[in-house]
Formats: sequence, structure tokens, C-alpha cells
Amino acid sequence: MESSEVAIELYVVLSAILFIMGALGVLLRRNAILIFMSVELMLNAANLALAAFARQWGNGDGQVLVFFVMTVAAAEVAVGLALIVAIFRTKHSIDIDELHKFSG
Amino acid sequence: MENFFDLVPLVVFIPLAGMLLNLFAGQNLGERGVAIIAVGASASAFLIALLLWIAQIDTGYGAAVIDAPLLGSWIEIPSAGVDIGWQFRVDTLSVTMMLVVTGVGTLIHLYAVGYMHGDERFPRFFVYMNLFLVFMLVLVTGNNFLMMFVGWEGVGLCSFLLIGFWFDKAHGEGWKNSDAARKAFIVNRIGDFGLILGVLLTFWTFGTLDYYVPGEEPLAHHAETEEADVPLFGTGVEEAEEEAHATGPMGVFNQAEIWLEEGDHEVEFGMVSLSFKTTITIITLLFLLGATGKSAQIPLFVWLPDAMAGPTPVSALIHAATMVTAGVYMMVRSNVLYHASDTASAVVALVGAGTAIVAGYIAVGQWDIKRVLAYSTVSQLGFMVTAVGVGAYTAAMFHLVTHAFFKALLFLASGSVIHGMEHGHHHLAHAHDGHGHDHDADAHDDDFDPQDMRFMGGLREKMPITYWTYLFGTLALAGIIPFAGFWSKDEILLDSLKAGLDDGHMEGYVGFGVLLVAAAFTAFYMWRQVSLVFYGKARHEAADHAVESGRVMTVPLMTLAAFSLGIGFINIPSGFPILSALFGEHRFANWLEESVTYAHGGTANLLLAALAVLVATIAIYFARSVYSDEAMVDLSQDPLEDDLHIRRVFGWANAKLYWDEFYFSFIVYPYQRAAKWLADVLDWQFWHDFVHERIIYRSYRGATDVLTEPVDKGVIDGSFNKLGDLTRQAASRVRLIQTGYVRTYALSVLFGSLLVIFLILFPVIRELLGI
Repeated sequence: MESSEVAIELYVVLSAILFIMGALGVLLRRNAILIFMSVELMLNAANLALAAFARQWGNGDGQVLVFFVMTVAAAEVAVGLALIVAIFRTKHSIDIDELHKFSG
Repeated sequence: MENFFDLVPLVVFIPLAGMLLNLFAGQNLGERGVAIIAVGASASAFLIALLLWIAQIDTGYGAAVIDAPLLGSWIEIPSAGVDIGWQFRVDTLSVTMMLVVTGVGTLIHLYAVGYMHGDERFPRFFVYMNLFLVFMLVLVTGNNFLMMFVGWEGVGLCSFLLIGFWFDKAHGEGWKNSDAARKAFIVNRIGDFGLILGVLLTFWTFGTLDYYVPGEEPLAHHAETEEADVPLFGTGVEEAEEEAHATGPMGVFNQAEIWLEEGDHEVEFGMVSLSFKTTITIITLLFLLGATGKSAQIPLFVWLPDAMAGPTPVSALIHAATMVTAGVYMMVRSNVLYHASDTASAVVALVGAGTAIVAGYIAVGQWDIKRVLAYSTVSQLGFMVTAVGVGAYTAAMFHLVTHAFFKALLFLASGSVIHGMEHGHHHLAHAHDGHGHDHDADAHDDDFDPQDMRFMGGLREKMPITYWTYLFGTLALAGIIPFAGFWSKDEILLDSLKAGLDDGHMEGYVGFGVLLVAAAFTAFYMWRQVSLVFYGKARHEAADHAVESGRVMTVPLMTLAAFSLGIGFINIPSGFPILSALFGEHRFANWLEESVTYAHGGTANLLLAALAVLVATIAIYFARSVYSDEAMVDLSQDPLEDDLHIRRVFGWANAKLYWDEFYFSFIVYPYQRAAKWLADVLDWQFWHDFVHERIIYRSYRGATDVLTEPVDKGVIDGSFNKLGDLTRQAASRVRLIQTGYVRTYALSVLFGSLLVIFLILFPVIRELLGI
């Protein structure tokens, strides 16, 4: 099993790349669904990091936390998609920049 | 029999119950019910008084002090030693007053039932009358000066209410009536002011207001009358006094006796210290001021003639028989004090004599039948006051009693005359216009006045009972033997003369001389009145149609007439031929001595009696010759005015010596001017315009102006507005951050996260870099 060991750095790097991709997606895309997918990407980047560190330290806490995150993410998707549908019904668009009613 | 003494509160409470009953139910009872209650209450009180009288005779004229049920202690301040109770005193003096008040009162109540018949305020009249009885009886039965004062004020109130009873009479008469009521009330206030000062001074001096505390006997009375009993009780006078010393609390009068005996007692009034004698003189003079108000003496008598505006039964009961004698009762009650002060006694005698002659003189010139009697009352009260002044307390009380009967009789008879005249007048009004109603009759001729004697004349045939009873009253008042007035007046004259001869008091001689002249005036004006009213021919058609009053009015008249004849026999002076053997010698004096320390019986002086009767007879003869039937045919002027010399004398009497005018110009008018000045200048100009408007209002206004403009609007409002503005400006800048674009927020969240991570990692980075 030693040989199949992958260095922790690689996980962290991958996680960081995924996270940056997600963050950039959130910041740069205007399509609500794509932003949503980017948020999921960031969550999963975090999950990856959690799982990797858990494995690294031989501690189950991180693994368990990942399940929680996935559960919350699923719930969030349900609420989020419902919101997007509602927005679409009123605005006939899911361009996030058209929603700026709270401008100061 | 002594148990009867416990009944004394009923004397007050029965009329009170009658009054309350009529007050709350009178409107629904009808005249008959109201009359039964009112007269019944008065008569029951009279019966109680009779029982008390019998009980007194039975117990040897014993005195008793009875606590009022339910009332108990009235004013109690233990720390100051004040303990004034509602206590009734039964002694010979108070029982005498009770008998007179309730006896005459009952007859007058009965008469009033007829007199007030048909009056729209019939129940109210009897409520007032019973209330009067209540207060009058409180006045005479109280065992302390404060109860007397309560009664004193209460009868004053009833007097006011009853004088102004017809306050709403048509043609401005109502105003005259209410003016008279106010005059009586205000003039009496002056007297009452003197009385209350006297009472307060009494309390200050003696520390109590009780006449005698329960169980206490008048001291000097012991010394004078019970020496014969000394062996029986084994105590001499000195021991009796020591006993009184030892018992501690003592009434006013016994304390006064003891201090007078000691002779050197000083009374401390704060920083001033007065000898006891001087204090007594001040107290008695203050009491005299009270008496001049209530008993209508100079200088305060002016209210009584005007008080005749009230219904005639009121004049008879309150302003002739009972209330006005309260002053005399009060002074007789305080005889110990008056006896101790020669100065005060002299003043009292002179005031009384002056009043007697002045009022007697004024009475000669009056045309109003009731005004003559009013001045006569003032004059007779002057007789009583003189008697007090010369130390003849028996004579004063005796005259009070006889006068109560014959003057009540005269007033009631005059009321009967007025009634008859009004009846005749109404009759005329009916005859002149067939469908005329009673109330229109007043408008028939405005000159007619049922009380003006000029419209009367020849009523002897029309009203025989009234005439005969009136004659009895007149003879009694004039002092013709054997009528009641003779005995009492004669005793006053005799005692005055004796005070001069035996004791060398100047006021005795003066009183005797003045009263003899006043007695002549009395006989003259009374016979003038009888002639004008009853003799000659009718001078007005109303008098021609006058009719006798009903039985409810004539029966009291006849009863009172009988008393006017007979009541004098209770006090025949000793040694009077035949009569003193028949009726006993000065029994009234013996009776009174038990409670009035310095009362004494009179001895007959036939010479003086003859002189008094002679003077009265001559005056009557003179009056009849002036007011002969021929002279009375035309009364456009008084027969006295035919003589140029006498005309002015009559004129002064007719103008009442300008006494009211004098008071008006020297007291009322300056007072009004002063009041007006105070109202205009002091109150309005100075106080309102200057102090209020200028000083208070303007300075306040100025202060508020400063507070509003610079302080409130400038500083306080300004600072808060500024704060608000700043907040808004800041907010308008800050809110630009809120773009509303979700991605902006996301970016800031990212930057924020990066910043936080940087801050967390900063120490690590620093370590790594080796800084």
C-alpha cells in the first residue's frame, strides 16, 4: 500500500486549483446556474482537501465532515435551484447582473 | 323624679326630629300633616319642659348636668386640657327659658298654621320654625359657653332664613325682604364677633367653658342660703369652698368666685398679665357687644325693626319673645361675672337705658303697625338690659318672661289685624272687578299697605277678639296693674332706684329716670296704636271689610292674653297688700336664686308702684286725647304734627332719628367707597394690571421667549438636527458600497477571506521569511 501512496501536496494543489476555478467561476460568470456549479466546485475542492488531510492524519473527523458538507450542499442545491426557477419565472432570465435591486 | 332630668335631651331632639321629618317628607304630607308634625314637636318639647319643671320642684330646685346621648365629648384635646362636651344643664334658669321658648313657641306654631295657610312654601316655613326651636333650646340648655354659641349662631341663621322667607314677593317687596334678612345677619355678625372673643377669652382665663361641672353647686349660693343646713352636713362655708378646691375641675363661675375671693389673682396672656377683675371687665364687655347684636341694643339695634319683613309669627317668636332675649339670658347666666365688674355693669345699664328711651321715642313716630311693636321690643329689651346692669337679675328674667307673653300676643294680634285688612282688601278687589283673582288684587291700588295704620281705624267692631286681646297686651306692656308688665317693669324701676340709693351707683339713678320716661313713651305709643287701629272710623274700605281671623289664630291669642294678665303673679314683691298673701312672695325670685347666684327678690314699694301706674295712665290719657276720634278722621298728617313745636319732634321719631342714615353715611358708605377703592385700585390696577400683567406675566413671557428661541430652537433642536444630517450624509456615502450585484459581494467575500487567511498566516510567513 506504500507504493500507491500519493503525496499530500498533490491533493492540496488539485484542491487549490479546483477552488480557484470555482471562485473565478463565481466571480466571472453571469449565468446563475454556472455560478451555482462553480460554488459546488469550490465545495468539492474543500471536500477533497478535507478527505486528503483526514487520510493524512488517520483521523475520521475530516471524512465525516465531508458527508456533512455533501448533505448541506444537496440541500443548498434544492433551495438554490428553486430560487433560480422562481427568478426565471419573474425575470425570464437567469443573468445574475440583472438582479441588482438592492443597489444602495 | 330626678330621672326626669334625663329627658332633657329630648327637648332638643324632638323638634329636631320634627324638622327632619318635615324636611324630607313635608312636600308629600299636605298642610295638615306638616302642621301636626311641627306643632306636635313643639308641644312635645313643651311637655318635656313641664316635666322637668315638676321634677325640679319635686327635688327642691335641684340642678343636673346630662350628657347628650350619642354625641358625647365634642372637642377634646387632652394635651391642651380642652374637653368640651355636649352637656345639657337643667337648672331653674334653663327650665324657665325652656318653658318660655316651648310654651310661647307652641302657641305661635299653632297660630302660624292659620297664618301661613295657603303659602306655597308652607312646609319649609315649619322646617325653619322647628329648626329655630332646636337651636334656641341648645342655646338655653347648654352647659357651656360653646354650646350657647352654637345655639346663638343657629338662631341667627334661622332668623335670617325667616326674615327673608318671602324673598320672591312681587313689586320689589322681595328685595326689601332679603335686604332686611341680610341686614339682620350682618349686624348680628358684629355682635357675634364680640361674643366669640368673649368666649375665647373666658377659655383662656379659666381653662374651661363649662358653667358648672357636673355635681358642682354655685358657691356663693351655698354661702348665702344654706347656712341653716350647716349643722346637718357638718361643713361651714370655708370647708365647702375647700371641698370645691379639692375636687379639682371647676366650672367658670365657681372658679371666678374663688379668684375674686383671693383678690390678687393675675391672668397671664402671653407676655401681658392682667388682674382678674380687669379680665372679667373685658370679658363682660365683649359679652355685652354680643348682647347688643342679638338683643338689639344700641348701637346694633337697627336690624330688628327691618326684621319685621318676615311673616308675623316669626316676628312674634324670634324677634319678640325668644331669640332677641338670648342676650339677656346670656348676661343673666353670667351674672357672677357681671356682678364682679362694676364698670361693665354700669356700661350695660347705660346701654340698656339709652336703648329703652331711644327706641321708645322712635316708636311714637311710626305708621307701620309692626314697626311700632318692633321698636317697642327694642325698648323693652333695653329695660331688661338695664336690669342686668343694675344687678337686678331676677327682674331682668321676670321681664323677659312676661314680655315674651305679651309681646308675642301683640305681634300675633297685629298679624290678625293684617290678615283681616288683607281679607278686606281682597274682598274689595272682587267687588270692583267681578272675575278678579286674589293675586290680581295687589295691583288694585298700589298705595294700599295692610300694615299701615293710616288705612285702619274702627276695627274694634270688626275684630272683637283681636281687639280685646290686643288691649290686654297693650295694658300689660304699658304697665297697668294688675297686668304682667306692671310687676316686671315695676321691679326693674325699683331695683334701679335701689342700686342708686343703696349702693351709690350713678347708673341706678340714670336708669331709673330714663326708664320712667321710657315707660311713659311706652304707654303713649301703645295707646296711639290702639287708637289708630281699633278706634274711630275706618279710613279705608279694606278696614271696612275686615273680618275676624279663624279659631286657629284666635285661640292662641286668647291663651296668650290670659298669660299676659296672669303671668305676673308668679313674682309678687314681698309685702304687697293682699296679692302677696294670695300668690306668695317673689316665688319666681326664690326659684331663680337656685341657679342665678345674685338673683334676689323684691320688696313692694307702693309709692313707686303708684308713680309708675300714674305715669302710664297719664300717658294713655294724653295719647287718647291727641288721637281722639275726631282727630283721626283725616290722617294726612299725624295729630302731633298740628302743633308746630311738636312737629319736628314727631318728624325725628318718624325718621327714626336718622340712625340708619347715620350708619349709612359714616359706616356703610365709607365702607363701600373703601371697598370700591380696594377693588379698583388695589386689586385691579395694582394687583391685576401691575403685579400680574406686568411683573409676573411679562417676566414669565420674557423667560419663555429666551428659552424657546435660542435655547430650545437653537441649541437643542440644532444639535439634534445636525446629528441627523450627519448620519444621513454619512449613510448616503456608505451605501454606495451596496451595488446590488451579487458578484461584487462574492468578490468582497473572497478578498475578505484572503485577508483573514493572510492575517492568520502572517506570523508564519514572518517566521519563514525570518523577519
